[in-house]
Amino acid sequence: MAAKRREMVPMGLLWGAGIATIIILVVILAYILAEGLPLISWHFLTANPGVRGQTGTGIYSTIVATVAVTGVALLVAAPLSVGGAIYLNEYTRENLLRKVIRQAAEVLAGIPSIIIGLFGFLFFVIYLLPYTGGWSVLSGGLTLAFMVLPISLRISEEALKAVPGELREGSLGLGATKWQSITTVVLPTALPGIVTGLILGMGRAIGETAAILLTAGGAIGLIHSLQDPCCPMTLYIYNILTEYNDTSTAYGTAAVLIIAILAITFITDWLMNSYTKKLKGL
Amino acid sequence: MSGETELSIKNLNLWFGNFQALKNINIDIPKNAVTALIGPSGCGKSTFIKTLDRMNDLVDNVKFTGEVIYKGRNILNSDTDVVELRKEIGMVFQKPNPFPKSIFDNVAYGPRVHGIRDKKTLNEIVERSLKGAAIWDEVKDRLNESALRLSGGQQQRLCIARLLAVEPDVLLMDEPASALDPIATSKIEDLIYELKKDYTIIIVTHNMQQAARVSSHTAFFFLGELVEYASTIDLFERPREKKTEDYVTGKFG
Amino acid sequence: MRALRRSRTRDARERLIQLILLVCAISSIFAIFLIIVFVFSQGVPFLAEAGLPFLTGSVWLPADSFAAGTWGIFPIILGSLVVTLGAVAIGAPLGIACAVFLAEIAPPAIRRVLVPSVSALAGVPSVVYGFFALLVIVPWIRGQFGGFGTSVLACWIILSIMILPTIISISTDAMRAVPREYKEGSLAMGATRWQTIRSVLIPAASSGIIASVILGMGRAIGETMAVLLVAGNSVTIPGSIFAPVSTLTAQIALEMNYATGAHQQALFAMGVVLFVFIMILTGLANLATRRRVTF
Repeated sequence: MAAKRREMVPMGLLWGAGIATIIILVVILAYILAEGLPLISWHFLTANPGVRGQTGTGIYSTIVATVAVTGVALLVAAPLSVGGAIYLNEYTRENLLRKVIRQAAEVLAGIPSIIIGLFGFLFFVIYLLPYTGGWSVLSGGLTLAFMVLPISLRISEEALKAVPGELREGSLGLGATKWQSITTVVLPTALPGIVTGLILGMGRAIGETAAILLTAGGAIGLIHSLQDPCCPMTLYIYNILTEYNDTSTAYGTAAVLIIAILAITFITDWLMNSYTKKLKGL
Repeated sequence: MSGETELSIKNLNLWFGNFQALKNINIDIPKNAVTALIGPSGCGKSTFIKTLDRMNDLVDNVKFTGEVIYKGRNILNSDTDVVELRKEIGMVFQKPNPFPKSIFDNVAYGPRVHGIRDKKTLNEIVERSLKGAAIWDEVKDRLNESALRLSGGQQQRLCIARLLAVEPDVLLMDEPASALDPIATSKIEDLIYELKKDYTIIIVTHNMQQAARVSSHTAFFFLGELVEYASTIDLFERPREKKTEDYVTGKFG
Repeated sequence: MRALRRSRTRDARERLIQLILLVCAISSIFAIFLIIVFVFSQGVPFLAEAGLPFLTGSVWLPADSFAAGTWGIFPIILGSLVVTLGAVAIGAPLGIACAVFLAEIAPPAIRRVLVPSVSALAGVPSVVYGFFALLVIVPWIRGQFGGFGTSVLACWIILSIMILPTIISISTDAMRAVPREYKEGSLAMGATRWQTIRSVLIPAASSGIIASVILGMGRAIGETMAVLLVAGNSVTIPGSIFAPVSTLTAQIALEMNYATGAHQQALFAMGVVLFVFIMILTGLANLATRRRVTF
């Protein structure tokens, strides 16, 4: 009995830790949304930011910039990561190459975003200036691809590993080639996992600022080409906060950002769950 | 039974690394008949049939010598198109492995992979194959449902239908009923009996009664060697080798 | 009758596909290689020229040309370390406790809320964290303790929150991986749940837990935007936790957009220093997961 009572303190602390974590999230989200939601209106989402310092305008060009930069990052990272995962899981055994690549992906995932930004600045903004236009959507997006790649690679590899070997045997046994088996049986079965990985990578790209700070340029005008400088939402929050102390627009932008990320995550989870259920015939 | 030979295996030896799994196998498999392979676990029966459709190629460190003559050529040659081969010689596995797709898509998989896109043709092939596997009546109204909703026995018949859809000549069956209940098992055995009219069937089985029921010829494997091969009646009632006699009378196994 | 000879075109196509996929797979290695080459090419020459005083000097007065500036980043390195260690000191216990709760104690209803909450925390952009900290935590510190509010303490609070998801998710996985037999064996001997957790579960999962903490440390030391907004960015050794501080990440971000010449190279040198720290941490994390802890 005494033991049970002595239990209560540590157990209480553990409960406290769990509840505290939920509370922290709720507080942060509530604060941002409470201040930011009222500002979101159709106008806010569709009007462009005004001359620097002007308030009461919209964030349309920053939304476009975020979409553009994230799009470029995904367009580059998705084939490389999924293709790489396919190679590692379907064409190799557990050998040295596989371990090295996995380790490389881990290292890449751990490199601070500011260093990737430094690299992006040197490589894309300066070195590849004629192709990227310097500080631009292209430079920013390509830099972000370096951050999306390791996440998507690891999760895609796991998703492929989870596909049972009997399915591959069954497909090959019917006279399909290896690539046919991969595209018509393995990939569709692993798809929910792969998409989840890409979405997680996308979330990273949407929320990234430091690398963007050094490569995107920060010009708030609406982009007309991928070589134009741009100001995605995250960078915009930083800029208007520090230069103009425009907290209200910052709240609005942050609210839009959070809602977008949460919505994408939930919708994707739901979609992938439905897809998995359909595959299993449930 | 025509008395023709479908597959002629000569001096087949196979190694996994340093372990010799098949020792000097010589056997002629008759066309349009059921040949059963019996023997204790791990004696090379599965390895043997996996050599016939070159599925052993998927394993590391495999080496083999000898010949498997099929349609006038040695299919163990490195210039054999294994992808085409597997359309002629198909395999059903011990555990049913339907794809996580609809019933229709499972059966249509083979034809689609080989380039057949016309809907009408696919419909015909699917119906014919499902009928051939004695499962058409049970699924004809739910072809678009996921194949994973079928029972174990139905899934196995679906896998057979899947195979029939690519129109093979030879069906390799690796203990096809061992994961199934008795009723499903007897359905599979009935099916095999029907199929033998049009296909050459080789079935690996642990169940001697099953071998006696469905096959016309039986081969007894022991420790990688082909100990005895004869007509089923002869092998079970008048075995020539002592080992065979010990096995079929249940002295070991 | 189908031909049974190998199709050369199909073989070639399959081999081409394999080659393309191999190139994709190597991209991670290639990526790291590029990053190291470019960043080090700018930073290492500067480090060589500036020498040890770069790391030990306390005066940071950058200029365009090497001769005209004073290049001491010791306060900045110290700032990074102080901010990181404090964040981990707060975040690790909280995170590990929450992980234990999640893995062992939480009823399903709470788990259904807590697991998405942790994912949501992981998804919040760092600039939003910094923004929240700037508008809520910093004024609170200013009100309670005086000063500007932008301080070591502000960094500790917000960074500890930011590393929670990392610590929680990896530790939870490590604890879930502990074989049930260990726990059942302990309970069967009459130990209580807490005793089982403390003496069996946590030691068994310790290598994963340690790895999660080290990875959390890596995240903290590499965090830029949140720190940039609430640290105060003063290149001085903080006198107290209420004093402003600067970190490697924040300093680089702050000055990169207008630095030129030697100044810019110095920032790259700081990047190299940061990179080395991260490599050490990654190496430690690997060691932690490789070693089997006996208990």
